[in-house]
Order: sequence, then structure tokens, then C-alpha cells
Amino acid sequence: MRRTRVLAVLLAALAGAVVLSVTVGAKTVPPGEVWQALTAPTGTENDIIVRSLRVPRTLIGVLAGVALGVAGALMQGHTRNPLADPGLLGVTQGAAFAMVASIILLGTSTLYTYIWFGLAGALVASAGVFALGMAGGRGGPTPVTLALAGTAVSAFLYALTSAIVLLDEQAMDVFRFWQAGSIAARGADAVWQVTPFVLAGLLLAAFNAPGLNALALGEDVARGLGQNVNRTRAVGVAAVTLLTGASVAACGSLSFVGLIVPHLVRPLSGADHRWLLPYSGLVGAALLLLADVIGRVVAPPGELEVGVVLALIGAPFFVALVRRRKPVRL
Amino acid sequence: MRLQAVDVTLGYGDRVVVDGLDLGIEAGTVTTIIGPNGCGKSTLLRALGRLLKPSGGQVLLDGKRIDRLPTREVARVLGVLPQAPSAPEGLTVADLVARGRHPHQTWYRQWSSSDADAVAEALAMTGLSDLADRPLEELSGGQRQRAWISMALAQGTDLLLLDEPTTFLDLAHQVEVLELVRSLHSSAGRTIVMVLHDLNLAARYTDRLVAMRDGRVVAAGTPHEVLTEELLRKVFDLEAKVIPDPVAGTPLVVPVGVRH
Repeated sequence: MRRTRVLAVLLAALAGAVVLSVTVGAKTVPPGEVWQALTAPTGTENDIIVRSLRVPRTLIGVLAGVALGVAGALMQGHTRNPLADPGLLGVTQGAAFAMVASIILLGTSTLYTYIWFGLAGALVASAGVFALGMAGGRGGPTPVTLALAGTAVSAFLYALTSAIVLLDEQAMDVFRFWQAGSIAARGADAVWQVTPFVLAGLLLAAFNAPGLNALALGEDVARGLGQNVNRTRAVGVAAVTLLTGASVAACGSLSFVGLIVPHLVRPLSGADHRWLLPYSGLVGAALLLLADVIGRVVAPPGELEVGVVLALIGAPFFVALVRRRKPVRL
Repeated sequence: MRLQAVDVTLGYGDRVVVDGLDLGIEAGTVTTIIGPNGCGKSTLLRALGRLLKPSGGQVLLDGKRIDRLPTREVARVLGVLPQAPSAPEGLTVADLVARGRHPHQTWYRQWSSSDADAVAEALAMTGLSDLADRPLEELSGGQRQRAWISMALAQGTDLLLLDEPTTFLDLAHQVEVLELVRSLHSSAGRTIVMVLHDLNLAARYTDRLVAMRDGRVVAAGTPHEVLTEELLRKVFDLEAKVIPDPVAGTPLVVPVGVRH
């Protein structure tokens, strides 16, 4: 029952963050007018701001935050490594490489097409990492072979990406923007593009939770409990790839969310992934929106990218977290 | 035979640890596998519990090939506790034991009253009811080992494989765990297979001993039949006197020295 109450509190926190995200900005729109803009728009300036800027921005923030929070918890659970982040499988660098490659090879120029390429790059990179990790271990990929393969593939793709952006100015511009991580100016299109991937990833994550609980006791114990370890791992990797791929393609590199959120949530949820995953999703979304709101007001008249804000507030916080408690063993 | 290894060859990669071994485990017995380090006893136990796939031969559970049975179905009959298992931090005893119910749960039906009953019973049998809400890392080594056994009990199987359930425990806690194993056997007729290092405790708490060396079974039978001075020489290169245990009458090994 306590866990259901915590769930309600986290939902309320997310709702509060959503309200802040649609009202606060370069121009403050009071909640009453937001409501009016949503239900009975008359074409005023506020209506346009809310409908075409704030709402898509908020929705993308929620999608990316939920996706990264859940992906981070999955990643740390599967690798039994408290420092694992969703980018560990090469997803982030795969998306970056595919996007800049599409710019110089195919002349891609709209955000709409970047996202498809980013997603495809994320999926291919993580499939490659999984295959490499499988080849290294006997009988299936282990957390160690996956992490090694992920690091190697990420480094290789990063080198390729760097080479491309040094040669091509337009690719450099896109990459710079992408690397900072932002949920601004994405538009409603981006929301519809990534939603199916996030939903599919969340479904797989929900399906993965009980198996992950068994796997948390070690592979032999999980097998003894009748869990198919390789299938559980494959489903987990697929979920992480879909969730992270969708969010990095739409918002750029924000994987810090996935690293810190599970640590915030664990004292509330305990080691049970059936609660850890939903809590992480809610906290991830709330954190991302709040960081975005801070970025909007902290440096007027300009804005600070949410990725920068997250790193600025997140890094010291993470250091404090690590210092305060002894490192968590997973 | 509850569990049978038929001409199994076991190994890791190209390294063969066990070559063409036959072994049968009879229903309702406590069997202990003994042998020097690296003789393949843990490997054999893992294969019996289908944690390791044989590269040759087969393992039969109740006469059926274990690798052809759905693993979840096997998990409702056969429980395995690997050597020195580790749990995530913060996991309570009750949560750990509840995870033993995994093979009885489906994705849409996670928890039922029969799960709750099984967990309560497993906690009571291992004397952990009062510690149910304590995190695992706050328990003593013996209590923690009992918690893992409790998880295996909650699984509700009448066949249990325990790989060195007494490692890292002091003598009193070793005895405590083995008394528990014995009571699991006598109260419900469970079939239990263990790997143990302490020969004297093995002799005391076991119906059948299986002595292995270099991936082969050297002798199998009652402790009296197996634990002889000659066998200790053959299996462990150990010069020892075997006298009757003054408490239980089972063989007691008193080492003299190692033969070179």
C-alpha cells in the first residue's frame, strides 16, 4: 500500500512539473489561459505559444524523461552495475553517427528525417553490440561482454562522427545542437514520430520486470527459478534500445537522466523492478521537465539547453549521492 | 531414479571437466558429492540442475530429458541453490524468499494467496519469520544462508540441489544448516543432492556419498562403504585414519598427512 501511495505522490509531482512546463517561459502564460488555449483557442499570441511551442515541448519532455528513466533502471538492473547508463549499448553514439552521416551522404536537412536516421542508427548500433557481446561470452552475452562491446562500438562510432563533423559545417551545426540535448522547438511531428517507439519500449520493459527480478539474484539462481536468461536479456536490450533510441533521436544526448534517476528512486522502491521501473519513469519525466523550466528562466533573454542544465545540477548532486551513501551493490 | 546423469560429458568451452559420467539419484535420499577441488563436483551439480548443458550424454528428470522440458516446469519440481549466491542491496529476507515463487507466477498474475502461504511456511521452516523484514546484508552468514535455502523452499520443489551450502560458515553455522537440510528430508521426504567439503559432516548428514576425482565417480554408496582409508588415499591423496564418530557412529576422518 505504501508503494501505491508513493506512486500517487510521484504522479502528482509529474503533473506539477507539466503545469510549470506549459506556463513558465520567456512569456508566462497563467494556467487559466493555458486551459483556454487548449479547449477554446481564439488565435491569440498566448494560444499560439501554448499550442505550438509549450505543449509539444512538454510532451517530448515527458516521453524522453519516462523513456530515459525506465531505460536507466533497466540498464543498471541488467548489468548489475550502478554506474551503467542507457548509452552503454552504443545507442547514443549510433544515433549521432547516423544523423551526421545522413547529412553529408544524403543531404538530410529537416528534423523530421534526422529523427528516423537517429532511431535507425540507435537500433543498428545496439544490435551490433548485442551480437558482439554474444560472440564474446559462452552461451550468451554477459553484462561484462555487453559493456565491453558497447564501449568499443561507441568509441568507434564517436571517432567516425568526429571525422564527419570536422569535414562538414552543416553536420557540425546539427551535431553541436544534438550533443547539448534539448527538447525545445521539436514540434508536434516529433511527438508522433517517437511515441510508438517509447510505448513499445515501455511494454517490453513491463514484460521484462519479473524476469529482471529473478536475474538480479544471479544468472544461475534465475535459471534455477525457470527463467530463460538469454531471452530476458534480449528483451531488456530491445527495451533499452527502443526507449533510448527514441529519446536521443528526438532530444539529443540526455543519458545523464538514466544514470541518476534510478538512484533517486531506489530508496522508495527497494530492489523490486516492478516498482523501480514505473517510479523511474515518473521521476525521469518530472526531472527533465523541471530542468527544462530552469533552463528557460535562468539566463534571460536566452535559454539554456536542458542537457546543460541537467549536467550542471545533476553532476554535483550525483557526487553528493555517491559520497553520502556507500556505493550501491546490485 | 529421480535424477539421472547418463554418460554426460561436461566442460567449459574446449576444457572437458567431466567425461562420460553416470550417476543416479534415488528418490527420498540425501546424497552428497565429495572430492578434491576441481574434480568436477560443482560442474556435475550444475548439469543435474540444468544450469549447464552437457556437451555429450543427457540428464534425466523422472525419466525425461531435462533439456527438453520447459525450464519453468522443471523449476516447479527441482530447486537449485548455486555456490555463494549474491542479492542486490536492500533486499529483505521476505522479498528474497518471495522470489522463490517466480516459477509459479505469470506476467499477469504476480501474487496469490498460495504464494503468500508458501513464503510464510518457508520462513517458518528456516526459523526466519522474525527476521522477514530485515535486509539481507544485516544478517549473519548462517542466517543469510538459511534465507537462500528458504527461497529455494518457497519454490515448493521436492528435489533440491545445494552447491556447498556451508561455505564461509563457522562450524556451528555449518551444523545449523545441515540440521535444516536433514529436517527438510525427514519432514517431507525431499530428495536432496549437495556438494560439501567437510567429509565428517557429509558422513553424518548423508544417506549416500559420491566420491569424485578427475571428473569420474570413484565410489558411491553409504558413508560406511565410501569413506575408507583406501578411498581417501585414492581420491584425496590423503593418509588418514577412519574411526567411528563417537556421537553418531558414522565414519570420522582423522588426517595423518598428505602423500606425495
